[in-house]
Amino acid sequence: MSGNHHGSSAISERVRHVEALLEARGLVDEGEVDRRIDEFLAGGSPANGARITARAWVDPDFRDRLLADANAAIREVGLSMAGGLQEQRLKVVANTEDEHNVVVCTLCSCYPIALLGPSPAWYKSEAYRSRVVRDPRGVLAEFGLELPTTTRISVWDASAESRYVVVPRRPEGTDGMSEEQLAGLVTRKGLIGTAAV
Amino acid sequence: MADRFAPGDTVRTSTTDPVWHTRLPRYARGAVGRVVEVAGHHPLADDRARGLPGTTRAVYHVRFAAADLFGDGDHAVTVELWEDYLEPADPSGGTP
Repeated sequence: MSGNHHGSSAISERVRHVEALLEARGLVDEGEVDRRIDEFLAGGSPANGARITARAWVDPDFRDRLLADANAAIREVGLSMAGGLQEQRLKVVANTEDEHNVVVCTLCSCYPIALLGPSPAWYKSEAYRSRVVRDPRGVLAEFGLELPTTTRISVWDASAESRYVVVPRRPEGTDGMSEEQLAGLVTRKGLIGTAAV
Repeated sequence: MADRFAPGDTVRTSTTDPVWHTRLPRYARGAVGRVVEVAGHHPLADDRARGLPGTTRAVYHVRFAAADLFGDGDHAVTVELWEDYLEPADPSGGTP
């Protein structure tokens, strides 16, 4: 990855070497890789996912559109999955009383950066990636999320081209809150599915 | 080219263990699941990783019962899989 990528592992060494070769052979301009990564990350923040969630809570029609065609629906609120080399397909799944959703990328660390910003370290850890598909109820309990046994758990493995965002359930006692206030309740973990909200 | 599968179809994943990069996770090999939706059309990751020219083909969300992947568990796992990884399966879940 980029020059400011932390760590000094063998992989980082290799990446720096490949970057240098690409520049030396004129395939990319000096600093272009860093600039492209900066562009990709620009504007990416969990606040975006929170805005979408709050809108879905207050507007059932928006929620329906979001679950049916998320790429089109998020454009309504000025967001897009087109920040990278190509527009990524977005799949939004909503938690209900009966079903709780949680997202993982078992093969690497695919993540909806445009809507959630850079992924947390635990999301990329081998422990999370290997265990959450096998024992999601146990892993969620370790995150402090104890689900009733009557709530089914659906794990979504971002193994190909789609990226996933979870719409948490709207907390009780929030009827009087504005959309902006509601957005303030939503956390990054809630949008991945490792927290209730 | 028409998609080979449609939502509701029962499919079995490949058991092949290629030496190259693939995006059929090991835990989901040789398992029977159900197609939930067509998730677009993309060149096969296995081809792209090897620098081969790849035509686009359907990618599906396939939902598996945890018990069918791991032998136990009451949850479901939905994996996104290229058409190339899938074969039709007997809807009863038995080996064809």
